[in-house]
Amino acid sequence: MYPITAVNVPCVNTPFASTGASATGLVAGLKALGRKGITVLAFAGDGGTYDIGIQSLSGAAERQMDFIYVCYDNEGYMNTGNQRSGSTPLGAVSGTTPVLGKQQYQKDMTAIMEAHGLPYVATCSASFPLDLYEKVKKARTIEGTRFIHIQTPCPPGWLFPFSDTIKIGELAVETGLVVLYEIEDGIFRLTSMSESVASKGTQLRPVREYFNHQGRFKTITEEQIDELQEWVTTRWKHFLHRATHA
Amino acid sequence: MAIQRKSNIHIMDGNQAAAIAARLSRVQVVAAYPITPQTPLTEQLSLFVESGELKAEYVAVESEHSALAVCTSASIVGARAFTATSAHGLAYMHEMLHWAAGARLPIVLACVNRAIGAPWNVLNDQQDSIAQRDTGWIQIYCRNNQEILDTVIQAFRIAEQVYVPVMVCYDGYILSHTEMPVDIPDQADVDKYLPPYKPHTTLDPANPKNYNLVTLADPRVGVEGKLCHGYMELRYLLQEALQNSRETILDAGQEFNKIFGRDYARMFWEDRNEDAEITIVAMGSLAMEAIVAADMLREEGIKVGVLGLRVFRPFPKADVVRVLRKSKLIVVFDKNISYGSEGATCSEIKSALYGTYINASIRNFIVGLGGRDVKARELADATRKAIASLKETVINPDYPEWICQI
Repeated sequence: MYPITAVNVPCVNTPFASTGASATGLVAGLKALGRKGITVLAFAGDGGTYDIGIQSLSGAAERQMDFIYVCYDNEGYMNTGNQRSGSTPLGAVSGTTPVLGKQQYQKDMTAIMEAHGLPYVATCSASFPLDLYEKVKKARTIEGTRFIHIQTPCPPGWLFPFSDTIKIGELAVETGLVVLYEIEDGIFRLTSMSESVASKGTQLRPVREYFNHQGRFKTITEEQIDELQEWVTTRWKHFLHRATHA
Repeated sequence: MAIQRKSNIHIMDGNQAAAIAARLSRVQVVAAYPITPQTPLTEQLSLFVESGELKAEYVAVESEHSALAVCTSASIVGARAFTATSAHGLAYMHEMLHWAAGARLPIVLACVNRAIGAPWNVLNDQQDSIAQRDTGWIQIYCRNNQEILDTVIQAFRIAEQVYVPVMVCYDGYILSHTEMPVDIPDQADVDKYLPPYKPHTTLDPANPKNYNLVTLADPRVGVEGKLCHGYMELRYLLQEALQNSRETILDAGQEFNKIFGRDYARMFWEDRNEDAEITIVAMGSLAMEAIVAADMLREEGIKVGVLGLRVFRPFPKADVVRVLRKSKLIVVFDKNISYGSEGATCSEIKSALYGTYINASIRNFIVGLGGRDVKARELADATRKAIASLKETVINPDYPEWICQI
């Protein structure tokens, strides 16, 4: 908060809808001035990425602007007190899905970004920091628009104790609701926990375990759990296929 | 000493004039989204960049909101940034217009004035830029294509001195698509007139600074123990910058005259106001039409002068009062309407005269919306009607008269 900041890199705060375009402007300005060797990193939440900012992000990605875009995804509008976003999962209760829970699936934002033909896209979890570190480090060496998605558990929004934060993030990966992967120049690769589950041939844990630990899924129905289990299983098979046919 | 310079006159439309001015201003980043009637300007700039005539980054963005977001960031890192739009595009930029002015970034925007829907209309009026008058931008309106070229160049000089963005407004089709002779200045002269842009804050990894942080209403103490501005102090500084920009605008006009031989040391244009009892006020190309109307009325022995508004923000209150001191009747023509009230320039004139000794009658006419043709004869007729209204109730002076068929 002005005039004090904890961010020790040059940082530009921008309007909600403009993250992709604002990063574009930094890249274009630096290029026009011949200032080299500076990495531009855009940082936005799921609302700013999946919803209000998708236009400017898609435009920048289509133009292959040279920056890293990080989507910090806590699956809802948490800054305004937990309202439904395009990333809120099926069955989750939020400020704007207060009784029935969300009736739609999450948007697959990483697939949308992959469809832009980007040189690098990756999914991460805040519970797997080394995997995240490696991916950001790699992204830095690549030119063009690079997209990194981070699932980030939110204790007050998802209604679980703060001490369970890492565990919830791990469960998301262990159940297959979040799959850790990267796609570099079109080559798909599972990483970290997702890679070890695949290579050891172990089973994913049932999705029910993930829902049981979070108050936001208090109204989820048995049908929705079955539906989501089937969706996860099918998607996991698809990822395994991609990983072995790369 | 008479200015010795060779003229370099070419026939061109307003969009070409704006594009050439941006090129001569050595803009470094251009971001724009096509919209009628601005599109040829955008195409011309991309042609300059691709052909190598202009060394700049041209970013073909996916929306006007993004166009101004790109310019904002480019300006923050120290690049001279230019964009152009019209009507719905300008409306779509609304959030970023506030942002650019609030961050004190000297971006120049060419607004090719066009009507806003619904219903759809691509033709000229000034509702688009007038609707953005409270975003903290300086607004300058042009009467012809030479003024467009000259004003864009001046706009960068003004913006970069006061750190306030400038909107250069010109009428769609009437100027944007109409060819006129335009004198193109030499690049060397423009370079002399327009020094390189120096940002007020440099974005540098070696000396990290954060831009546009959340700012509370009240001043707060920084890490160095110094009291720093609250939100309201920052807003005051923007208002102060616009209030004080008059001197910079006049100086930019005067210096322009010294180098290029065309005098812009004025907040508005004047025609025969010395002995005028009736003053016609108009803005943009309409101000030229008003001169023709004044000619017609002068032939009838009516002492008419013209005040052609040039700078709408900051509004030159004191200068207007000086010119209108002898007027008995002021007839204001607006190509915009503040619904439920009156034309925006009429409100400004009334506000400027409040508390002065001038007690002139004021009549407001709304004209030319959505490209409705405005003839000098119609302006003269309206002025005669305004004169008649001083004696008999031919119009309701509380609300503007509309020159249309209702």
